[in-house]
Amino acid sequence: MKLPAFDYVAPASLSEALAALRNNEDAKVLSGGQSLMPMLAFRLLAPKLLVDLRHIGGLSDILIDGMGVHLGARVRWCDILEDDRLATAQPLLRAAIGHVAHYQIRNRGTVGGSLAHADPAAELPAIAVACDAVVEIAAASGTRRVPARDFFTGPMSTGLAEDEIIFALHFPPWPEGRRWGFREFSRRSGDFALAGIGLFFDMADRRNANSHIAVFGVGDAAARLPEAEAALDGAVLDVAAIAARTAEVSGDIHASAAYRRALIETMTERALADALARRDH
Amino acid sequence: MAVTLQVNGATRTLDVPPRMTLADALRTQLSLTGTHLGCEHGVCGACTVLVDGAAVRSCLMLTVQAEGSSVTTVEGLSLPEGLTPLQQSFKKHHALQCGFCTPGMITTAHALLTHEANADEARVREVISGNLCRCTGYVPIIEAILDARAAYGAGET
Repeated sequence: MKLPAFDYVAPASLSEALAALRNNEDAKVLSGGQSLMPMLAFRLLAPKLLVDLRHIGGLSDILIDGMGVHLGARVRWCDILEDDRLATAQPLLRAAIGHVAHYQIRNRGTVGGSLAHADPAAELPAIAVACDAVVEIAAASGTRRVPARDFFTGPMSTGLAEDEIIFALHFPPWPEGRRWGFREFSRRSGDFALAGIGLFFDMADRRNANSHIAVFGVGDAAARLPEAEAALDGAVLDVAAIAARTAEVSGDIHASAAYRRALIETMTERALADALARRDH
Repeated sequence: MAVTLQVNGATRTLDVPPRMTLADALRTQLSLTGTHLGCEHGVCGACTVLVDGAAVRSCLMLTVQAEGSSVTTVEGLSLPEGLTPLQQSFKKHHALQCGFCTPGMITTAHALLTHEANADEARVREVISGNLCRCTGYVPIIEAILDARAAYGAGET
């Protein structure tokens, strides 16, 4: 339906925006609007004032340095997908953001908006939780930093106060060689996931270490899975590659040694998958 | 509130309440009714327009947010003398039946092919996944967009 009536301001600075939130009851921040506008259309929200961040500078940058990847609150999904540096600096984030909504929405939806909306099935909160990212929040008294895992307090609920504005999201550095995966299932492309997993681990002495697994779309908020992480730590997941490399193999008229090594890897993977599928529940 | 923006190349100043979506302003204030409203909450894609060259859902954008922007609607992607290559391709492939979704399909496909004239079928399918069509089963639409790539690649659009 049509939106409820509200007033609108687009302040030129963060301090003016914070003042507008502080001095008005029922004021809401507007960033890309791709979550807020449907909420208004369903009249789940009826704020008296929208404070648009569009004229505030310094919120749209993607910075990559020794401390990691820093996303300004007004970085859009399309900015993340078009930034080739992220293919190595934060590949898990980039893969996950490819699943966010649709083409048109990815042209306007923003990092800060997704964090503030805190949909339990949204990709960015899940990746923030998986990666121990930190949310930087601006308040009249200064800025504060909250780990993502503490920021999300429930479905559509966060630790953000009504007179605060999300300023940035900080990801720790992503070491070279880190293994990662992202999968989600939704009934139609672009729908919210019915379940999704984002995970990564590092390799130390051929064993998995520092495993991080986050699940989303299944409960009140994205969550880490410590038991599954502990099970993954210390495991040797590239067992198929090790099998292929260490087996004594000779080539003959039917197949080369290299081809047989590739087959060993594939056969090991399939046999392991069969063995796991036959586990007792 | 007074809002000044470019619409299909012309500077327009509108007086709108803050709650008015860009879609409603285009339709009711500028009589540009080619922009269709299906769901009005960002699901169907029929209201897709270009804002500063990017495809966006005009039901998920306030008119006041478009201040200073350049908006192109489906009317702005038409020629007085006949069909554009993209429109011609839609006609050739029977890519529309009732036509309700067509403005959103045209604007979205135009944005895609303007930026990615070599988009493959998987990419076209992925981009069009945000636009609902209840008649065609999508296959003719995808064929039409793929067939229009040559014109965009040759700069004929």
